[in-house]
Amino acid sequence: MRRRRSPWLVTWLAFGFAFLYGPIVLLIVYSFNESDLVTVWTGFSTKWYARLLEDEQILSAAYTSLRVAVTTACIAVVLGTLAGMALARYGRFKGRTLFTALITGPLVMPDIVIGLSMLLLFVSAGHAIGIPEGRGMDTIVIAHTTFCLSYVAVVVQSRLSSMDRSVEEAAQDLGAPPGKVFFTVTLPIIAPALIAGWLLSFTLSLDDLVIASFVSGPGASTLPIVVFSKLRLGVSPMINALATIIVAIVTVAVVITGIVMTRQERRRDAEVQRALRGGG
Amino acid sequence: MSTRAPAVPARPAWVMARLRRLVPTGRGLAIAAPYAWLVLFFLVPFVVVLKISLSQMVIAQPPYTSLFVWEDGLLPAVRPYFGNYGWLFQDPLYWIAYLSSVKIALLSTLGCLLIGYPMAYAIARARPTARALLLLLVVLPFWTSFLLRVYAWIGILKNKGLLNAALLATGIIDQPLNILHSNAAVYIGIVYSYLPFMILPLYATLEKLNPELLEAATDLGARPWKAFVTVTLPLSLPGILAGSLLVFIPAVGEFVIPALLGGPETLMIGHVLWDEFFSNRDWPVAATVAIVLIVVLVAPIVLFQRQQLRASEAMT
Repeated sequence: MRRRRSPWLVTWLAFGFAFLYGPIVLLIVYSFNESDLVTVWTGFSTKWYARLLEDEQILSAAYTSLRVAVTTACIAVVLGTLAGMALARYGRFKGRTLFTALITGPLVMPDIVIGLSMLLLFVSAGHAIGIPEGRGMDTIVIAHTTFCLSYVAVVVQSRLSSMDRSVEEAAQDLGAPPGKVFFTVTLPIIAPALIAGWLLSFTLSLDDLVIASFVSGPGASTLPIVVFSKLRLGVSPMINALATIIVAIVTVAVVITGIVMTRQERRRDAEVQRALRGGG
Repeated sequence: MSTRAPAVPARPAWVMARLRRLVPTGRGLAIAAPYAWLVLFFLVPFVVVLKISLSQMVIAQPPYTSLFVWEDGLLPAVRPYFGNYGWLFQDPLYWIAYLSSVKIALLSTLGCLLIGYPMAYAIARARPTARALLLLLVVLPFWTSFLLRVYAWIGILKNKGLLNAALLATGIIDQPLNILHSNAAVYIGIVYSYLPFMILPLYATLEKLNPELLEAATDLGARPWKAFVTVTLPLSLPGILAGSLLVFIPAVGEFVIPALLGGPETLMIGHVLWDEFFSNRDWPVAATVAIVLIVVLVAPIVLFQRQQLRASEAMT
C-alpha cells in the first residue's frame, strides 16, 4: 500500500502524546524541587524522597495496598482465566448472555456505584448472617477481585480466540486427557495473557480510591485513600516524589515484561515453524 | 416385573448419562466458579442497593429501616418506603446534578473522540514496527496512578500554576486564568484520563480496515477527504461506538476528577452520592441516587453489552 504520511497527522500525534505525557513529566521534574511550593523552581533537592520514606502513614498504607493488590491479582487471574475460557471455548452454554453481561458490566459501571453496592452487600450480609464480621483488607480484596476478573477475562478471551486450535487438537488426538492438554498446551500459549492480566489487576487494585473508600474499615487504609486525604489538605511535593517512584516502578515492570514476552513469543513461533517443517 | 429379568440388569445408557451429568465436569466448574462469584458480588449487591433505597434512614446499626416486617403471618410484610425517590424528584439539586453529569460526560466524550481519532488513525497507518511502540505509549499512562495523574493537573492549572506562568511569560494574557476549580478543569481532567480508552478501540477497528477499499475509492477519483468520509469513517463506527461508551459511562459517575479539579459550580452526581454517603451518612438516599444513576446509564450500558457480545461472538 502506498503510504502517505500526512504531516498534519504526525503533528497531531505528537501533540496528543505531549498532552498524555506532559503532566507526568512535570510531576517528576517538580518532585526534585527544593521549594515547598509545587510550582516554583528554587533548586534541585531529593529531600521530598527522604520525607516520604519517613512518613509512617504512607509507608504502612503502601504495604496494605501491596498486599491487597497481590492477593487480588492472584484470585482475579484464576477466576478471570476460567471466565475467559468459558467465553472463548464453551460456545452457547446456558446463561451465556447473562454471563457476558456480568463480565462486561464491571468494565464500565461507575466505580462509585460498585463501591456503594459492595459496601451495602457487606453490611447487610454482616447483619443477617454475621459474615463478614467487619470491614478491612478482606472486603477490599473481594471488591477489587470482582472488577479485576472482568479485565482478565477479556484479555484471556481475546488471546484464546487468536490462538491456533490445531495444537490443542493435535495433543488430544495423541491421547492427552483434557486436563493435561490444558496444562501442557493451552496454558503455556495463553501465559502472556495471564501475565498481562495479573499486572493489570495489580495496578487497577493499587490505583483504586473510590471502591476501597467504601469497603475498607478502620486500620485498612490503602495508599490512594491516604494520598487523597493528604491532597484535600493541600498539594505537597512529597506526593510528587511518590508519583515519581510509582511511575518508575511501573515503567520498568511494563518494559521488562514486554521485552521478555516478545522474546518468548518469537522463540515459540520459531519452534512451531521448525516443528511444522520437520514434521511436514 | 418379569421373573425372567436378569439378576443384575445392565444399567441403561441414559442412567449413566444422567449420573455423569451429576458429577461436576471440568467445563462445568470452569463456568460455575466465576459465574457464582459475579452473581454474588456484582448482581446481588444491586438488589441490596434497591432494597435499601426503599428504606428509611435511622440512627442505628445498620443505619436504615428493614424493608420486611414480621407480623403475625408466616410471611413477612413488605413495607417499601418511596420517600427517597420523592425527595430526589422534588429537590432540583439532584436533577441538575444528573443533567450536568450527562452534559459534562457527553462533551468530554466528544473531546476524546476529536483528539483520539486522528491519533488512532495515525498509529494504524504507521510502520508495523513503530505501531507496537506507539500503542505502548498510549497504554503506559493507564498503568500509572490515575489519582496522581489527576493531581498533576492541579499544579498546571492553578492560578500561580505552570500554564498561567507560561502564558503570562509569553504575553498571551496579562491576568492569570482561573481554570482550576472550574468546569473547564473537569473537562480537561476527564479528556486527559479517558483518552487511552478512546484510542484503543478506535485503533482496533482502524487497523483491521482493508486499505484496498481506500485505494479503490481514490482510484475511482474520490478526493482523500471524501474517501475518508464515505469509506473510513463508516467502517470505523464500531470503534467509535465502543470508545465513546467506554468514556461516557464511567465519566457520568466520575468522582475523583470533580472532587480534585472541580469548583463550586461543578455539580456531578458521583460527588453528590459521595457526600450523601460520607458527609450526610444517609445511606438510603445514597442508594436511591445510585439506583437512579443506573437507570440513567441503563441504555448506554445495554448498548455497550450488545456490542461486546457481538464482538465476542465474532471472535469465537
